[in-house]
Amino acid sequence: MHAMTLDTLALGKRFGSFQALSDATLQIRPGTVHALLGENGAGKSTLVKCLSGYYTADSGSILIDGREQTITAPAQARALGIGMVYQHFTVVPGMTVAENLLLARGALPPVIHWAGVRRALTNFMATTPFRLDLDARPVELSAGEKQKLEILKQLLLQPRLLILDEPTSVLTPQEADEVLGALRERAHAGMCSVLLITHKFREVTAFADDVTVLRRGCQVFSGRATDSTPAALAEAMMGVARSLPAPPQRLLQPPGPERLHVSQLQVNGDRGEPAVRGLTLSVHAGEIVGVAGVSGNGQRELMQALTGQRQHVGGSVQVDQQPFHGWRHENQRLCVRSLPEEPLLNACVGALSVADNMALRDFEQAPLAWHGWIHWSRIRARAREWIARHGIKTQGERAPISSLSGGNVQRVVLAREVSVSARLLLVSNPVFGLDFAAVSDVHRRLMEARNAGCAVLMVSEDLDELLSLADRIVVISAGQIVFETMAANADRNLLGRHMGGHDQPTELAA
Amino acid sequence: MSAHAWVDLLLAMLGGAIRVGTPFLFVSLGECLTEKSGRINLGLEGVLVFSAMAGFGAAWLTSSVWLGVLAAGLAGGLLALVHGLVCSLPQVNDIAVGIGIMLLGNGLAFYLGKPLMEPQAPQIPSLMLGDWSSSANVQAALHINALFPLGLALALLLRWGFTHTRWGLLVRMVGDSADAARALGTSVNGVRLAATVAGGFIAGLGGASLSLYYPGSWNEGLSSGQGLIAVALVIFARWNPLRCLAAALLFGAAGAVGPALQSVGYGAAYQLFNALPYALTLLILLLTCSPQRAARGAPMELGVTR
Repeated sequence: MHAMTLDTLALGKRFGSFQALSDATLQIRPGTVHALLGENGAGKSTLVKCLSGYYTADSGSILIDGREQTITAPAQARALGIGMVYQHFTVVPGMTVAENLLLARGALPPVIHWAGVRRALTNFMATTPFRLDLDARPVELSAGEKQKLEILKQLLLQPRLLILDEPTSVLTPQEADEVLGALRERAHAGMCSVLLITHKFREVTAFADDVTVLRRGCQVFSGRATDSTPAALAEAMMGVARSLPAPPQRLLQPPGPERLHVSQLQVNGDRGEPAVRGLTLSVHAGEIVGVAGVSGNGQRELMQALTGQRQHVGGSVQVDQQPFHGWRHENQRLCVRSLPEEPLLNACVGALSVADNMALRDFEQAPLAWHGWIHWSRIRARAREWIARHGIKTQGERAPISSLSGGNVQRVVLAREVSVSARLLLVSNPVFGLDFAAVSDVHRRLMEARNAGCAVLMVSEDLDELLSLADRIVVISAGQIVFETMAANADRNLLGRHMGGHDQPTELAA
Repeated sequence: MSAHAWVDLLLAMLGGAIRVGTPFLFVSLGECLTEKSGRINLGLEGVLVFSAMAGFGAAWLTSSVWLGVLAAGLAGGLLALVHGLVCSLPQVNDIAVGIGIMLLGNGLAFYLGKPLMEPQAPQIPSLMLGDWSSSANVQAALHINALFPLGLALALLLRWGFTHTRWGLLVRMVGDSADAARALGTSVNGVRLAATVAGGFIAGLGGASLSLYYPGSWNEGLSSGQGLIAVALVIFARWNPLRCLAAALLFGAAGAVGPALQSVGYGAAYQLFNALPYALTLLILLLTCSPQRAARGAPMELGVTR
């Protein structure tokens, strides 16, 4: 059998004083899909990096087909038949699909005979469930297609164990089902074993045979996927002491007056290509409008254009019936606030202190300033108050914000953006990479802002997040809104079809 | 000007395009190769001057022009090696190092080249492609630097090599995504060092063309910024060796306008015409710039495109 049997016994790995992995035990049966669950920082990535040769474990052992192996380098892991698909893309953006595949195959001949290579690649692709244009370049591909290219690169090496790190975060539900279904078929045919890192319970129950849960570097649960329930898995991930926090309370209220009106907006992408093409939407006071879509369909450019990070090519944006460009004085007058993605990069100055970052919006205004002179003590006093109120874990208000964890950085930004009652909040992927506690915190704050009458526009790649939080969901595809529905009676599959751009005109009318 | 003078002017520009454009061609091909690997070598101006001096010196000492050409290439490769090695260190900015290399190359060349102002060195032969014509102007225009066909072949070779050889793919991968290259176990610094040295060697041939063909002597004002213009030219050519060829000929022709006007007896404001290549550089950078998007076709690891 080609598929690999892999066991790790009490694997440990320490970084300085931080014990990332202490007792990680994993048993992968050959020809199965094994899901690996855990919160951020639970040691999932460290574990798979020990398997793929990026780290070497300090203690414990790795058994492949029952024989102990030490893996010290990626090349060695590859030679053993372990292939790894990373969460971030490692395709070469400016080279064609054929060139990317050829490079991944390794052992390049000095001179490449493209006719033969292309024939071989076409034949190879016919044996996989994925179809990509050999001449397309990744810069022109959607995130989903890039993910398929990453998987193809690994399949080309005929791995005996394929490791995937959250492969479906950039896919539509349909694409995710297609990819995971295809991989499971391969595994069950005995061609390879699959280790799947995920945080979506749906994928565990639908596609995994076995599941292992890690918490603080230790295995806390292992068993058949069919025997486990999402509730039990969540409990294992977070520890028995903490249970899933209650979902935020939604106040039933009719939507207020229109706050944000975007009309026929056109924005270009990084390479000058149209990214937002004549997009129209509106957000009313007291409602959360969720923008669903596969990443790379113009969400990033839309939000950057709204927050003033990107120039408009055409169309108009109005807040409270007044033209809006995202300028500082407009933000202050109209109370427009934002929670951009990657908050440390887009909403903070990493080297400045927590207190300074909290004052970025209004440090030049009374009461923090007086005729151009800044009252540093007031800035620090307010920061201390917000740190206490929002439960921010920091060494103090003078600590540089880059020393905080991702969840706490987002809490700082939230404190700054919602403490002064915002009238319009522009939010992008607000919980990306945060742990359970931070996620529920952020969601609760957003709901509170909405209940208090704030208009919230929220872009998220996580459909479940939108379904639970939003009042209304619009689907963005190729830079346009292609579908709109109330969240309460939204149909996942229908949304997914529109996200993938496979909509029928009749459905649009529905 | 009469119609006859116009024809003469065009012929002079054609000849000038190749005569003046050959150094541009080599420097831009060298820079193109280096930049494809994700690194900028602004030091090519210094490389050009230093290799022109070295080539002239070697040709004079050995009385062999081809040994001089080889020495120019090696001198260029050597100086580029310094750039490549320093840039391989962590946290080193390739643009700052490039400026250092430019000053170093100029300084070394002026210092070592003091005794080379007076002597005459053997010259690179011309290919007489115009002998079929009875017109002296046509003949003059088609006296072609023997290095030019080499540059032409090199441009074609690079164009083909970038897509059809292992080395070409590795250079482009490293230039496009250092992360991807590392994930595949390729030495990013190793490939960039090799591409920088090879680029320096090619640029060195341009230096030989300066001191051993046109103008054909060694003096301190020999290059007057051609190495820097070549960097702009690579951006204009969108990192495509064949477009580098076209751009080099265009700049060569622009550089030949001043002398050509003089040769047909139109001498007024010729300094202004001599400044044409520099004005053209600014104009082209203005026309090809865009605040909205990174340059299309640019290696994504390149500092200027991020």
